[in-house]
Amino acid sequence: MSVARTWRTRKQRYALVGERCDYCHNAIFPPRDVCPHCAEPAQKEFALSGRGTVYSYTTVFDPPTGFEAYAPYPVALVKLDEGPMITAQLTDVTSEEIRIGMPVEMVTRKLSEQGDEGVIIYSYKFRPAFEQRLAA
Amino acid sequence: MRSVYIAGMGQTPVGEQWERSLRHIAHDAIIPAIRDAAISRADALYVGNMLSGDLVDQEHLGALVADFVGLRGIEAYKIEAACGSGGAALRTGYMAVAGGLHDVVIVAGVEKMTDTMGRDTTAGLAMAADQEYEAAEGVSFVALNALLMRRYLYEYDIPYGAFGHFAVNAHKNALGNPNAMFHQPVTLEGYRKATMIADPINLMDSSPICDGAAAVVLVSEDYARALANGRRPVRIAASTVATDSLAVHDRRDPLWLEAAYLSSRKAYAQAGISQTDIDLFEVHDAFTIMAALSLEANGFAERGRGVRLAEEGEIALTGRLPIATMGGLKARGHPVGATGVYQVVEAALQLQGLAGVDQVANADIAMTQNIGGSGATVITHVLMGE
Repeated sequence: MSVARTWRTRKQRYALVGERCDYCHNAIFPPRDVCPHCAEPAQKEFALSGRGTVYSYTTVFDPPTGFEAYAPYPVALVKLDEGPMITAQLTDVTSEEIRIGMPVEMVTRKLSEQGDEGVIIYSYKFRPAFEQRLAA
Repeated sequence: MRSVYIAGMGQTPVGEQWERSLRHIAHDAIIPAIRDAAISRADALYVGNMLSGDLVDQEHLGALVADFVGLRGIEAYKIEAACGSGGAALRTGYMAVAGGLHDVVIVAGVEKMTDTMGRDTTAGLAMAADQEYEAAEGVSFVALNALLMRRYLYEYDIPYGAFGHFAVNAHKNALGNPNAMFHQPVTLEGYRKATMIADPINLMDSSPICDGAAAVVLVSEDYARALANGRRPVRIAASTVATDSLAVHDRRDPLWLEAAYLSSRKAYAQAGISQTDIDLFEVHDAFTIMAALSLEANGFAERGRGVRLAEEGEIALTGRLPIATMGGLKARGHPVGATGVYQVVEAALQLQGLAGVDQVANADIAMTQNIGGSGATVITHVLMGE
């Protein structure tokens, strides 16, 4: 990702800032300015709690350029408590421990590096929720 | 609207064509199509392609290819809709002829994927997904399909291995297709032992990276009559496109291909048929999960039952709904932007009785479906033999 693109999406990557639609009141992430549920304008910022459950998961063994150093790594579709689904990496968990329906919470982690002179990109990842970690 | 006919076809073998460049591969499909149709002129050339800019640093394929095949001067440009680019180019050609703007149009699909390292091709293919919110997180295109397949296995309680029937069928049919990439049969045992790429997707669930090009000549009814060559005329009875969210996470129900549903519904209405009238279906089996989901969205199986069609042998050449009749994306190969045109070439060969050992008996109506991304663009065509 380019520096400008990383900077532009910082609120989303660091704080899960999406939107809430003024008309149908659905939470939206990532922000898109037109509500996907009712097609009305949606530009009111709304920060999601970062809590959700695993809808599905997999492990990337054959990574795209830029992610070679991290493979294999687990990724998931996470259903956030407020409604939206998000695509993200899982962290602090082994592939064997992941289950569909597992409660998870958002953390900020390094996503990738772009060499000695490039930016280090941080983003959201999800780890087992606090209660899950206690139980383990 | 005017009726549109397929007057000629051409295709290259699918595989790793180290000795041929992108423009040469396009040439190798277009010239045979022009000869096959015996046309002396064309009004336009539409080139379906997804990744030429990213993988061979070349855009502007319309003018490049038109000039290279001796058509300098005509209207030409590239059409892009990710893995649905070939189908989208065909749709564009169909609109031009059906709308009365052109009488003779050449539609080509071409893709050169083997000039780059595998990881660069993987990154390129991820451009079919949402770059800022899917690919940026390190999620490959295969991984997105794996997320769908894992959920499918969980939700419908399907045993791992059931999807193998799709791979077995595709590889079996590819044996009879000289242009297919793979000519090795696959067994269910082999499927279960295949290397994992993004679990639960293994190598046998996944279509290969390859080069290839296919082309068709589309003509109006008057031209079709003038060009008649003794072969059975093939008419495009329906041509439709529908879209869904680019990102899988934005779908209301990730296991339902809404765009496939919308596109096939429109196609059945246009052609004046129901899905039970279809004699064979060239499915977009880029991954086995996509084959199952599209069978369901198109009304061939109930939700969660797409895999059962494969298990019960209904998808075989002699079954109720033969699919991937000449190998499909899995075994013929999936040169992404060319695939939609390969599907139509193969369907037309079936309707003309030219499919060799892969021939489906009494084939009168064929459907092809080309999918861009994980279901974001779905292009459906219905062909009828007259």
